[in-house]
Amino acid sequence: MKLKTTLMTGAAAIMALATAAHAERGTDGQVNILYSQAISTMNGYMSGGTKDIEAGSLVLEPLAGFDEKGNIIPRLVTEIPSKENGGISEDLTSITWKIKPDLKWSDGTPFTSEDVKFTAEYCMHPEGGCAQLARYEGVKSVEAVDPLTVKVTFEGPQANPFTAFVGATSPILQKAQFEKCLGTAASTCTEQNTKPIGTGPFRVTDFKVNDVVMLEANPNYRDPAKPAFATAMVKGGGDIEGATRAVMETGEFDYAWNTQVNPELQEQMKAAGKGVFEVAFGTLVERIELNQTDPSSDLPADERSTVKHPHPFLSDANVRKALSISLDRQALSDIGYGEAGRPTCDLVPAPEQYAAKNDSCLKQDIEGAKKLLDEAGWVPGADGIREKDGKKLKVLFQTSVNPVRQEFQSIIKQWWSEIGVETELKQVDGSVFFGADAGSPDTLQKFYADAQMYANNFDGTDPQPYLAQWTCDKAPSPANQWQGENYNRYCDPAYDAAVKEMLSTTDEAKRGELAKKLNNMITVDSNVTLPLIDRGRFSARSNTLGGVVMNVWDSELWNVSDWVRVK
Amino acid sequence: MLTYTLRRIPMAIPSLLFISLVIFLLLELSPGDPLGSVPLTVPPEVKEKMREALGLGQAWYIRYFLWLKQFFWIEPMHWFDATFGTAIVEGQQRIISFQSRVPVFDVIAQRIPQTLTVVGFSYLVGVLIAIPIGIISAYKQYSWFDQLGTFLSMVGFSMPTFFTGVVLIIIFAVNLQWFPSVYDTTLRVTDWASFWKQVRQMVMPVTVLALYNAAQISRFMRASMLDNLRQDYVRTARAKGLSEKTVVLKHVLRNSLIPVVTVIALGLPAVFGGAIITEQVFRVNGLGQLLISAIQANDIPMVLTLTFIFAILIVVFTLIADLLYGILDPRIRYD
Amino acid sequence: MTDPVTPSNAAARAAEPARDTAELIRETASNAVSPAASTLPPDDPVSASPGTPATRSQWRDVWAQFRSHRGAMIALVLFVLILLFVLVGPWVWQVDATFVDIRARNKGPSWAHPLGTDQLGRDTLARLMAGGKTSIAVGLTAMIIAVTLGSLIGILAGFYRRLDAPLSRLIELFLALPLLPLLLLMVTLFREPLAKNLGAGLGTFLLIVVAIGATSWMQAARIVRGDVLGLKEREFILAARSIGTPNRRMVLRHILPNVLSPIMVAATLGIASAIITESALSFLGLGFPPDFPTWGRLLFDAIPQMQTYPMRVILPGALISLTVLTVNYIGDGLRDAMDPRIRGR
Repeated sequence: MKLKTTLMTGAAAIMALATAAHAERGTDGQVNILYSQAISTMNGYMSGGTKDIEAGSLVLEPLAGFDEKGNIIPRLVTEIPSKENGGISEDLTSITWKIKPDLKWSDGTPFTSEDVKFTAEYCMHPEGGCAQLARYEGVKSVEAVDPLTVKVTFEGPQANPFTAFVGATSPILQKAQFEKCLGTAASTCTEQNTKPIGTGPFRVTDFKVNDVVMLEANPNYRDPAKPAFATAMVKGGGDIEGATRAVMETGEFDYAWNTQVNPELQEQMKAAGKGVFEVAFGTLVERIELNQTDPSSDLPADERSTVKHPHPFLSDANVRKALSISLDRQALSDIGYGEAGRPTCDLVPAPEQYAAKNDSCLKQDIEGAKKLLDEAGWVPGADGIREKDGKKLKVLFQTSVNPVRQEFQSIIKQWWSEIGVETELKQVDGSVFFGADAGSPDTLQKFYADAQMYANNFDGTDPQPYLAQWTCDKAPSPANQWQGENYNRYCDPAYDAAVKEMLSTTDEAKRGELAKKLNNMITVDSNVTLPLIDRGRFSARSNTLGGVVMNVWDSELWNVSDWVRVK
Repeated sequence: MLTYTLRRIPMAIPSLLFISLVIFLLLELSPGDPLGSVPLTVPPEVKEKMREALGLGQAWYIRYFLWLKQFFWIEPMHWFDATFGTAIVEGQQRIISFQSRVPVFDVIAQRIPQTLTVVGFSYLVGVLIAIPIGIISAYKQYSWFDQLGTFLSMVGFSMPTFFTGVVLIIIFAVNLQWFPSVYDTTLRVTDWASFWKQVRQMVMPVTVLALYNAAQISRFMRASMLDNLRQDYVRTARAKGLSEKTVVLKHVLRNSLIPVVTVIALGLPAVFGGAIITEQVFRVNGLGQLLISAIQANDIPMVLTLTFIFAILIVVFTLIADLLYGILDPRIRYD
Repeated sequence: MTDPVTPSNAAARAAEPARDTAELIRETASNAVSPAASTLPPDDPVSASPGTPATRSQWRDVWAQFRSHRGAMIALVLFVLILLFVLVGPWVWQVDATFVDIRARNKGPSWAHPLGTDQLGRDTLARLMAGGKTSIAVGLTAMIIAVTLGSLIGILAGFYRRLDAPLSRLIELFLALPLLPLLLLMVTLFREPLAKNLGAGLGTFLLIVVAIGATSWMQAARIVRGDVLGLKEREFILAARSIGTPNRRMVLRHILPNVLSPIMVAATLGIASAIITESALSFLGLGFPPDFPTWGRLLFDAIPQMQTYPMRVILPGALISLTVLTVNYIGDGLRDAMDPRIRGR
């Protein structure tokens, strides 16, 4: 599987190189791209939605991006700063970028370090409501040393200085265009947000909100031979099956984003012979989280699901382990995701140096789970449900509305019933479940259930901020308006200490060790979080489109300038 | 009739204001978060800042009155400024969508053409099919035509549009490749070729919606015709020697139209509301898709504005229906 | 125009569709002078009070008339068969509809699974039975709530001039409310208390039928109001009023029977839309839990796979249509049977 993917990407890259040699700008007509979620804005700083960031990446570019292997590659700079070339200071408190000479915006004006400096001001403005503020966290100042040099100074040593201006989530805006859009004015800049001036291969000609974006090749793009397509269309809306069908069966579109359809449909669509699926695996993991606090509705509202009341049975490590080993993750992956997923026991399945690669959970062991529960004193009652000290193993299992998740719920309910655990299923509308409305009882944060299933990942290649989400102080509670990320209310002083250690560690190998340790503590060691599936990015590409290289670390459209029409 | 209309209009204003308040409170109270679709990778502190930037930090009544002012003063004046080159409300904030930060009325203006062409046209087709079918079915009750009509309309109504839409796509877009499965909203009709393209992309969504509407309207038409065909005046009219055509099409039809007028008057504002599912299936991206995506994203200004326009249309069409009752049956008086 | 309770036979062609018009006119004319059959409600409504023997025989007469309606009888038999299938079926075919067997996924028909299995290896036959029980219960209950509410409000608004304006504004308000936030709010407020007091299944059921009923009565109300507005100016109502018929009896005996046809249509269409709406609610996370099959949900879930497994959409789709069709014909028969102008034949 993995080998196949590597071979495929390799082949695609070679093809791209081969065609790039004799391609010319604008000779290949129009490329049609379909997003099942429609594009709201081209300025990702305004919305934070993946679809908006990716559509924006056709026009706006960061200083440096990630390639398909997660390596940092220069885009608007001459080289990637490092300690060796003097770009990163010895004490890790500053990074200096050298901009490529003669770079032009799509309106023909020169690209300078002032634009970079302005972008930081724009996003870090306290009233702007910038969605990517986290990319600029710890930035003390951004200086334009000279027109082609930018120096970013951090408040302290930064183990990973590649946050600001790196990756599709923090692209550079043109100062001249956005100057009047700082702070509260940001949301009134309709023209700027929908038709930004950029350095990317395309520029917007027409923008219909939440419907379609029409683009044309940027006449001032730095590579005179690219992009091969004269125009591009990004259409949005509708359902995922329909989007997949438009590429794989009717051939109306060249590329469809996020075509996560069920495995049987994947096979049927491939059989139509009009396109292929592109897949690559990153850090998105579908998981079940087990509540460590008591969600009972009998408790007063401000004590429910808080650390004040430990969970009646999920605080027992044996119960958690039994729930974990009774799952057949391979079967789940085959039924729900097919090529787009693979079973995992880790929350950090990539990049290579951080992945613990556990496999102890992969084998389903119903008998072992039963034995474990027997030994722990949980014995079947008259109704077949295990109990101990009058507490029954009854689990309320919630997730968001999604056909695959509902199938998983049904299957998991079956497995858990086989080990004597009764499961009640609940599904919540996605906008409610993932919305942090403190007034709603059905949110991810409140976790008024015993178990919940969803997927999450981390931005970029550094897992440190992500692993720091499971510290004691991040547990949502009424005191912080339920705004924490430690949804399962896991609390272990040893874990907190290790997170702190990782924060101050700059040595790559040591960071890797710590990441693996932290990953194991919340997964295979304690089973408070049960990772299920490592979900890849999965998109459909027409056979007539060449040069596509799937990338999970950056925008999927990261190399759109290399895309060509295959005759 | 005129005095009645004049009396109804001032009554409509407080009730519309009340409706807008109820809708606003409903959107406030219903769970959900305008930032629900922002990825989990964005930390909660940042989300809080984004929320403040959307103006959600203010009390609800302040936001409600701001919206009222924007809807009734700034937006009409903005239009006035744009038309006559004046600058009465220059620099004042218009109603801005949370999702896209684009003025709500600009988005609505972008959506109206495709909704009117697809949904409006399909409604027209539906009515034009339904009325004759309803008349014939009733006139020849339990004939094979009626039985077939009953069967088709019942099956047609019980098959949801999310099903019929996909069936049509599989047959006509995937297998036969006659029609496109994705509606192109950027197409401009300038010549025969583009007109033909427009027709081709309209066929499937219009069919799905027209069938669904026709099924419903024809049932009400048939039932009402049957009721009236049994009345004594029909016998009297026939006894007077009036031709069958006059009896059925003039007397019976006119008296049978009241429920049909009601159904159509209820359906016309819905045309503006768009067809949520059909628009999604065929990616027509009209007002229905706009409304549903705004609701899912908790885009309060957008949902409030759209539903309020919808409410105005409902009030207007209710009034029109009431006036039509009076024309169809002069005995109906409201004074 | 004449009093509609006078027996007339204009629609006698109900039974003989092929009869030609001239003959019909002749017959109507001759029947018009024939005396009212004794089983009919008397022309003077004051003397017709419920509980007298006349009422009992009236219902017997309705049944007799209903039986002569061939379409309605066939529909009734089919409807009873569907009810047997969903109610008694699970006693005969004792397979758990929610049992997941991932080794038996996507199997064709066999002795163990007469209609095959779905993508999780659950028995299709058992799921159709269990799904039908929920869907029919939801469809009927939600329809009854919507139609009762709609007729009541429509009659009140049409009949009492004083109530017309406030009730019409209420209808407009409900028509204007965005459905989805309303449902989300209902679920947030009531799901947990209901589930706690009535159990998850019944609590959700109640929530769903009330949600569907409370948001779909407006059309019926508008239609009934429009009809009543015209009816109450007719001669027979004026006549009844002139002899001092109280309003309540006026509504029950004179108005209601005359607006029955549109109510019947609204009811039949209401069942279909309630069954479909329920599946849409599940899709939004507002419906039954995922392990609770319903016909609408079976149909919805099967749509992506309809090319590979067409039976999975055909079976629930056909059952929904069949149920709606049978209810429609039963409604037709019932309306004809209750219409005094036909019944006297």
